[in-house]
Amino acid sequence: MLSLESITKTIQDWLLTKFSPQIALTLECVIVILLAITLFAMLGLVLVLLERKVAARIQIRLGPNRVGPGGIFQTAADTLKLIMKEGLTPDSADKFLFNLAPFVVMMVAMLLLAPIAFAKNFQIWDINIGVLYISSVSSLSVIGILMAGWASNNKYSLLGAMRSGAQIVSYELSAGFAVLTIVVLTGSLQISEIVAAQENGWWLFKGHIPVIIAFVLYIIAVTAETNRAPFDLAEAESELTAGFHTEYSGMKFALFFLAEYINIFIVCAIGATLFLGGWMPLHIGHWESFNHIMDYIPSSIWFMGKTFFLIFVIMWFRWTFPRLRVDQLLNLEWKYLLPISLFNLLLVTVIAIMGWYF
Amino acid sequence: MFLKDYISDVVNGVSSLLKGMRKTGYYFTHSKEIITEQYPDNRATLKLADRFKGEVVMPHDENNEHTCTGCTACELACPNGTIKIITKFDITPEGKKKKAIDAFIYRLEMCTLCNLCVAACPSDAIKMAPNFEHSVFDRSKLTKILNKPGSKIKEGIE
Ligand code: SF4
Ligand code: SF4
Repeated sequence: MLSLESITKTIQDWLLTKFSPQIALTLECVIVILLAITLFAMLGLVLVLLERKVAARIQIRLGPNRVGPGGIFQTAADTLKLIMKEGLTPDSADKFLFNLAPFVVMMVAMLLLAPIAFAKNFQIWDINIGVLYISSVSSLSVIGILMAGWASNNKYSLLGAMRSGAQIVSYELSAGFAVLTIVVLTGSLQISEIVAAQENGWWLFKGHIPVIIAFVLYIIAVTAETNRAPFDLAEAESELTAGFHTEYSGMKFALFFLAEYINIFIVCAIGATLFLGGWMPLHIGHWESFNHIMDYIPSSIWFMGKTFFLIFVIMWFRWTFPRLRVDQLLNLEWKYLLPISLFNLLLVTVIAIMGWYF
Repeated sequence: MFLKDYISDVVNGVSSLLKGMRKTGYYFTHSKEIITEQYPDNRATLKLADRFKGEVVMPHDENNEHTCTGCTACELACPNGTIKIITKFDITPEGKKKKAIDAFIYRLEMCTLCNLCVAACPSDAIKMAPNFEHSVFDRSKLTKILNKPGSKIKEGIE
């Protein structure tokens, strides 16, 4: 059967027969980088279109429907427009930091791609502290945002960046605790092992109540971390024009915009990996024949399906809930999410020790 | 007690959020709810809301009669002088003089469609119509006389 695993293996074998191992490794790195950039560009186009369509349907509208059949080329046209626009740098801005910031945000998003398992044995880097790597690198994006806000020399940008800082630093905690519940149950930080542990059922089902709580907490926390409504205080249009990217235009703005969507994809991919089994097909206990049928659906489709389901849920949030105030935002984290996740972690630990999960 | 309040807070919060998501989820899955009008593609079948306000008109019945008494209440109510009522005096069969309108001048280019004139009219002689394709090449075309030529006031309206 043709799978991503066999394709990568063929390519690797072919490279190794033609070149020395070092050169083969370098070439593989180049291929991976090209693939990652292609994936980013595709994700940007698809997710923005998806968001606009979902928003339209939720608001009983039609959404973009003029460019191409059903509007599918709308985002491609928008991107072309953004490429042709002038990338303005304000006079009194800190030029170096101002131009660096979008790339920092983008780079963080790229780094996060490394440990994600897209399909069975199809992963850039199966690092043994995968989960730790993800939670530490993902908190770096706040540096890019603060950089953008500070360097713009604009009060709205600065306010947006400060809000974003407060928000990401707070919500990182409960996202971390939610991730920890799975680590406690699996006993490993490695992504491939976490996926393998869900062979006889996803953690969401196996871990029942505490994992469901952790899943809900995770979704809330990552919505906040990616600065999306109802937690989009960092760019609150009605208060701060556009928040930290007020001064950006053209392609530099597009990079921020793209990074937002890439980040959504990444956090949803991680959520799908931890709670919904990643590329693992839906397996129910000992129903051998059922499990067998499910195995026929390729693992990449399982992974993408779960990820896009979570992305849809986050979009659903965005177009349903009103934006929070700053104090409400911090109240929610420190008075509700954090105590609940601490208690939940304790519960999971007890369950893991007693072996009360399936 | 504190714990009880805390838990009921969380439960109430979550359930109200879920209620909202149910509503939007319903809209998402029911395409028949979509209200977008694809103007001008569907110009022939365009459906506008009843409350749509496009311009002020004066309805006339089949005998070319309207119900405007010329009281100028609408002219006074209009905040930006869009309406000008020119009155005349008709002679009734009994030989009495009776006030009537000569011309109801309405300047569409000045109208903000605020509906105050319609609300002020004591005899419901004017109303809002859902016409919105108002563009013309000559501005003077926007100054309209709402009472049709030869029209007169309906019997029994004072
Ligand atoms: S709708 Fe308002 S602005 Fe227009 S004529 Fe009536 S009162 Fe004047
Ligand atoms: S339209 Fe109504 S308010 Fe205006 S003059 Fe006629 S009767 Fe009076």
